Amino acid sequence: MAEVTVQQSYSYPKYPFRRPEAVDDGQVERLPLVIVGGGVVGLAAALEFAHLGIETVVLDDDDTVSRGSRSICVSKRTLEIFDRGGVADRMVDKGVVWQRGRVYRGEAEIYNFDLLPEQGHKMPAFINLQQYYAEEYLVDRIDALGVTDLRWRNAVTGIEIDEEGRALLSVETPEGDYQVLADHVIAADGVRSTLRRALGLKFGGRTFEERFLITDIRMTADFPMERRFWFEPSFHAGQSALLHRQPDNIFRIDLQLGPDADPVEEAKPERVIPRIRRMVGEDLDFTLEWISVYTFTCRRIEKFRHGPVFFVGDAAHVVSPFGARGGNGGIQDIDNLAWKLALVLKGEAPEALLDSYDSERVPAADENILNSSRSTDFMTPKNQVSADFRQAVLSLSETVPFARAMVNSGRLSLPHHYVSTPLTTPDRDDFQGRGPAPGSPALDAPIRCDGRDDWLLIRFGGRFVALCFVDSAEDAAATAEISKAFEALKPPVDSVVVVSAEREGDSDRLVDSDGLAFKRWGADGGTVYLIRPDQHVAARWKAIPSIEKLSKALARSIGEEEAA
Amino acid sequence: MTTKLEAALGIARPDDFYEALIEAHRGLSDEESRQLNARLILILANQVGDMEVLTEALRLARGEGGGDR
Repeated sequence: MAEVTVQQSYSYPKYPFRRPEAVDDGQVERLPLVIVGGGVVGLAAALEFAHLGIETVVLDDDDTVSRGSRSICVSKRTLEIFDRGGVADRMVDKGVVWQRGRVYRGEAEIYNFDLLPEQGHKMPAFINLQQYYAEEYLVDRIDALGVTDLRWRNAVTGIEIDEEGRALLSVETPEGDYQVLADHVIAADGVRSTLRRALGLKFGGRTFEERFLITDIRMTADFPMERRFWFEPSFHAGQSALLHRQPDNIFRIDLQLGPDADPVEEAKPERVIPRIRRMVGEDLDFTLEWISVYTFTCRRIEKFRHGPVFFVGDAAHVVSPFGARGGNGGIQDIDNLAWKLALVLKGEAPEALLDSYDSERVPAADENILNSSRSTDFMTPKNQVSADFRQAVLSLSETVPFARAMVNSGRLSLPHHYVSTPLTTPDRDDFQGRGPAPGSPALDAPIRCDGRDDWLLIRFGGRFVALCFVDSAEDAAATAEISKAFEALKPPVDSVVVVSAEREGDSDRLVDSDGLAFKRWGADGGTVYLIRPDQHVAARWKAIPSIEKLSKALARSIGEEEAA
Repeated sequence: MTTKLEAALGIARPDDFYEALIEAHRGLSDEESRQLNARLILILANQVGDMEVLTEALRLARGEGGGDR
């Protein structure tokens, strides 16, 4: 791997180092929850905990944000998670919003795809935003909330698990070393994770031999806000190419170089410039920002929980970049883990709930690895027969639609569905394939509240919610009655009531102004969904459930009850 | 073993098909023939559609299973 930063238009913030007290007093510092690593995933964790009212300490070895644009594609689900913490709007405002991808063979478009073909969602399918902006906005938001202790230039160098299952961390700072004894640790320290190595965990998987040039250039061009992918373009013979737009007139270019490319040579500007010149044409001026030559790996550790330590993001799993499943997958780890730790720390759920982080996120990581491996395999055929079939798919795709579905230029990140996990209560009622099934992420819809247009999804998150659909006076009365009992459960379940548009005028209810909430959720009057704090469906009923049914599903989703 | 894959003859005039198959490759280089076969497999697989049948077909073609066939 070789990396060259040519010039940066972005000016990096420099966050202040403050000498921790433990450096001076020589005491082992006791902390309930420590996040190791202040990259995008570690910061997302800090924000999510802050939103849940949990204080954390973040230990980061640097004093600024991501060096380089890195993970640029922020998915709808990631934005929805960030929206709970109040930082998504700023990202969307700055980011390049896109939803269409175009795939070419040579110069001819084979097909294009729309990642969000319907209206009525607060968040777009994707934005492109340099990782340094995402991190900067997260830091600003975390600072504004004021419950997180962000410690810059605090490098964790080692970890030991003591007899009581706590983590003893060794920390180095420019002004001296200290130790932290933590009840729980989130290891968000990236692909070269110190904690993973210190615990001797095997990081197994596949390495792809193909080398890729990834570069950011700055140029003024009226290219569309779309993801464009070429197989065998004339400007880069026999290989593949990807072009993506970022804010500030920065473009991400990804060029396949073959397995024999020399990474150091290929990362030299004098080698890169002619390649880009061929791609963008003679007329456009551009400057190089950042160059890297990579091979890709798909790997993960076997278990994501090791006693008090929870591995998240690249520290736990890595994928190739086609599909934007690295950064987004890491944010979804946090989405899954934070509420569980928060409930356990508050004494509202048994310790066993924490094991479900492993049983829910390992299959999610495998799904990302599978998709990313398939994309990389399609792009880089390993033998004659896979080259033949790829050729056949590409040539058929020009004339017959079915083959277009087999053209794989990256299957873009979607949230995992926790369908058959111990926390999820399977359907008893027949929803006829409609609505988000248990385990699936909640769906957004436009609603009206007090005469104001708003969104449904942001009403969930951070706590358990019973989403109740009401279409008659009887439903309304029954819902009002039972929601008091829901509130008295442990942990409490808040009711969010959506009424059909015809019943507008009912006070303090959300009105399904466009009819999309009932439709997307496959709901009739009386339908109730139990939604977890991570906005995934825990259970659902066609008619208002008894308090026993709901509390059983609740117990199951906090790890109190084993699967029946 | 229950199977969804059709083992009995399904083509009315098998000799005609066989001749047409060979004929389709006439005059092609080895590489062009490989390409034709690859396209043909994809076209026929899409026509079959059923993943169970396709999986059985793949196993049969590899010489795995299929019992007394």
